[in-house]
Amino acid sequence: MTETLPMAGPAVQVNAVGLARKEYQGNPSTLCQGCGHNSIANQIVTACYEMNLIPEKVLKFSGIGCSSKSPTYFLNRSFGFNGLHGRMPSVATGALFADTSMNGIGVSGDGDSASIGMGQFKHVVRRNVDMVYIIENNGVYGLTKGQFSATAEVGLELKKHGINQYMPIDICMESIASNATFVARSFAGDPKQVKELLKAAIAHKGISVLDIISPCVTFNNESNAYHSYSWGKDHEAPLHELSFIPARDEIMVEDIEPGGTMDVELHDGSIIKIKKLGNDYNPTHRWEALKMLEEAQRENQLVTGLIYVEPAKPSFTETYNLVDTPLNRLAETDLRPARETIAELNAMMF
Amino acid sequence: MNQKVVNDFSITVGTVNGSGSSTANNTILRAIFKMGIPVSGKNLFPSNIQGQPTWYTIRVSKDGYLGRDESQQIVVAINPASFARDLAGVAPGGAFFYADDIKQPVTRTDIAVYPMPVKQIIREQTEVPSNLRDLVSNMVYVGVLAQMIGIDLEKIHAALDFHFKHREKPTMMNFNAVKAGAEWAKANLTKTDPFALEPMSKTDGMIMADGNTAAALGAIYGGVQFVGWYPITPATSLAESLNDYLPKLRKREDGKHTYAVVQAEDELAALGMSIGAGWGGLRAMTSTSGPGLSLMTEFAGLAYYAEIPVVIWDVQRIGPSTGLPTRTSQGDLTFTAHIGHGDSHSVILLPGDVFECFEFGWKALDLAERLQTPVFVLSDLDMGMNQWMSKPFEYPDTPMDRGKVLSEKDLEELKGNWGRYLDKDGDGITYRTLPGNQHPLSAYFTRGTGHDEYAKYTEEANVFYRVMERLKLKHETAKDYVPAPIVHETRGAEVGILAYGSTESAVEEARDQLAADGLKSSVMRVRALPFSKTVEKFIQKYEQVIVVEMNRDGQMHQLLCMDFPTLAPKLKSVAFQDGMPASAKWIREGVLKFAKPAKKKVAPTKKITVKKSKTPAKKGAKK
Ligand SMILES: Cc1ncc(C[n+]2csc(CCOP(=O)(O)OP(=O)(O)O)c2C)c(N)n1
Ligand code: SF4
Ligand SMILES: [Mg+2]
Repeated sequence: MTETLPMAGPAVQVNAVGLARKEYQGNPSTLCQGCGHNSIANQIVTACYEMNLIPEKVLKFSGIGCSSKSPTYFLNRSFGFNGLHGRMPSVATGALFADTSMNGIGVSGDGDSASIGMGQFKHVVRRNVDMVYIIENNGVYGLTKGQFSATAEVGLELKKHGINQYMPIDICMESIASNATFVARSFAGDPKQVKELLKAAIAHKGISVLDIISPCVTFNNESNAYHSYSWGKDHEAPLHELSFIPARDEIMVEDIEPGGTMDVELHDGSIIKIKKLGNDYNPTHRWEALKMLEEAQRENQLVTGLIYVEPAKPSFTETYNLVDTPLNRLAETDLRPARETIAELNAMMF
Repeated sequence: MNQKVVNDFSITVGTVNGSGSSTANNTILRAIFKMGIPVSGKNLFPSNIQGQPTWYTIRVSKDGYLGRDESQQIVVAINPASFARDLAGVAPGGAFFYADDIKQPVTRTDIAVYPMPVKQIIREQTEVPSNLRDLVSNMVYVGVLAQMIGIDLEKIHAALDFHFKHREKPTMMNFNAVKAGAEWAKANLTKTDPFALEPMSKTDGMIMADGNTAAALGAIYGGVQFVGWYPITPATSLAESLNDYLPKLRKREDGKHTYAVVQAEDELAALGMSIGAGWGGLRAMTSTSGPGLSLMTEFAGLAYYAEIPVVIWDVQRIGPSTGLPTRTSQGDLTFTAHIGHGDSHSVILLPGDVFECFEFGWKALDLAERLQTPVFVLSDLDMGMNQWMSKPFEYPDTPMDRGKVLSEKDLEELKGNWGRYLDKDGDGITYRTLPGNQHPLSAYFTRGTGHDEYAKYTEEANVFYRVMERLKLKHETAKDYVPAPIVHETRGAEVGILAYGSTESAVEEARDQLAADGLKSSVMRVRALPFSKTVEKFIQKYEQVIVVEMNRDGQMHQLLCMDFPTLAPKLKSVAFQDGMPASAKWIREGVLKFAKPAKKKVAPTKKITVKKSKTPAKKGAKK
């Protein structure tokens, strides 16, 4: 694939659609250094590059927050819509009707999705809108400078806000309760896992919720805080190791692990290959997923990995039986009833 | 019996809501319409599903006046709970029909009184199953009334056939009950009132429809592709009509759809989805009423600043929460005009009748894409939910206007040199690309105000200032595109009347009454905001311009004073709101507070009978 041009310096590596990684980049981040959100934006760039997505085929969405600023830090060649606080789901839902061949990637925060936008979040999940829905979860409101979010753990102490009294909202549980078809959790400090999950999420047809613990180094990074780097590193309990194999790639012999593995085939024929660690966890079992989350909460563990997947359910736009041409490319002749119909129409009135 | 009164009276039916009386009342309305007599009907209903008093008024007007008439010459009382009130409401010399199972004293002697054995007659209709008896019993009063005032039974059959979608069984079951009522009346009642119907030909070629259906149909002819909505009276039937008619009118051989209608989780999402779709390049709309519009505020502001085409129908009603949610209003005007925080100006269309609901249904979609901004259409409950006679809907007379959109080819030619918010043409309207455009330089990033001409993020003071000035210029440009006002000038007019929306028919009637009083007026019906030059000229021309509207604070008056401060002293406000549709009476009385007729003495409380011979068909079919 790589070719040395006579005058050029080192060869630029390109992916299967002939694009270099830099074609997937965005503007330089304006977030704090060390913010978990930055690392996630980088993994989005890599995942899209490795998935051979054409940037023009991606739509980026976000709400409001530090996390929601992220879409400017990846895929400059993609259209993006930075909407209102908590309302990214509705904008994405409408926009994805325009051309159903587009890949939707949304980035939200725990404040954006688990408080002000909880209603829209639950409904976009329930409708199974075909998009990747990333929640960069730091347990605080970053952009408004450190208030508690609804995912903050009980007992967390924040400078100006005292001690949190309430149980956190578990985004993965909420998603499964709303019949999500793809639910995963990861940790910004585990870039490889973030990337593999992103790739699987992109391949999944329907809603893919990624709850990514993403420490806010400025307002919530005390070592005892659940959403901090050190706590995450100490308490992360991956459900499994996983790798994602796109449909078009041949499965190599060395990819197949002896024993203790499980393959989940997605809609497009790609496979999520899961290597079991310890307990036998089956991510296609809704009830087990909820049970596992409940147990993890009791044991104070940060369980990461693919928590639940249901590959076969039709996505929202699929249920509308739309024409093959993207709706936003239809012409007047497709959209305006013919002149003769007006007489019939008037006859239909009384 | 007094002198015969032909084709010029009102009928009020007092029933219980949820009792099925609306079929009966619509049948009367449609039958009279099919007799060629100008007629209008208004459902005055409570916010309730079953059991509360509800009234339906039908106005028969040989002169073509379709506005509400405050007097009630004929009253039909079916509801014991409102019996006393209904009886008291009959105009002197009027007629009172009532179900004789209501055992309440009939104390008046100045009116004709007709008891009707409704229960007994319906029991004799053996084909009516007992569970449908109450429902079908409404047809008995239709029959009695038909016999007594002369509604053509054949036309009643036609109305029922239409209502029951040409299904013979329900049609005949109901029609037989009508006939039974008529036969009973013929055998048992002696007419002592003066009211009678006689066929005319003044509704020939006209149709009957409600504004919400018309709006939905207009949108379909405008090529609507995405509708996000949330149920709310009185807007619900607009979205439901889209669901009804889209499959019929946009049917394709492959059975696939060119549109999507989504019932959202709330109005925030309804508009959010529609904005997403509008951004994506779809013809997108939502429909709601006041409370929903409040929830849409933040999104409406975003769409204004981010310049996203979307159409928002507001079928106005009164009040938040348990206000008077099933009563009509023009109370959302100033709120809509400045919806969103910060500086914003809305483009607003103001349809005046069912015909215009259809026309603005498609035009609004053109305007939204042309101007790249939310376009609001303010209808109201009276126009939206009641049946109105109208001239037939007209096929759009201009091709769809998709506005300034750059395709891959355009970008190729421009060598990718374009800016999403760059004003190339000097009209404040910039070019956009649509998601899915495969040109590598097509993409841009959408956000609120913080962007430069190339949609790059910035908080630079001078750039923000430029953005805001251009938006202002765009609003100026909008004046050239929105529907022009309709003006009827009268030679020698002493006063100008400015009105909008559903008050149209009442205004016309009031003007005729004022002319009879000796006060000549010219009228301007404003059909859109921003106000065009014509509006300013009209105000300049008259010493006084009286602004008539259905709200408490005179909202149109306020907006005009703001836009034309130097003309403000000329502008007088006649604003009134009690939940009832506008009547000629309050308009006339309101106007007379400011302008006195030169000739005759005024008797403001007495109803003036108009004996003018203006062609009435025109009245039912105002453009
Ligand atoms: C309607 C509205 N209310 C409040 C705000 C202020 N606001 C901006 S960001 C934010 C919280 C963001 O928190 P989160 O989604 O967790 O993002 P983070 O900054 O932590 O990544 C709030 C409350 C707003 N922009 N809009
Ligand atoms: S405040 Fe927190 S969330 Fe926001 S950029 Fe800084 S570290 Fe990230
Ligand atoms: Mg947060």
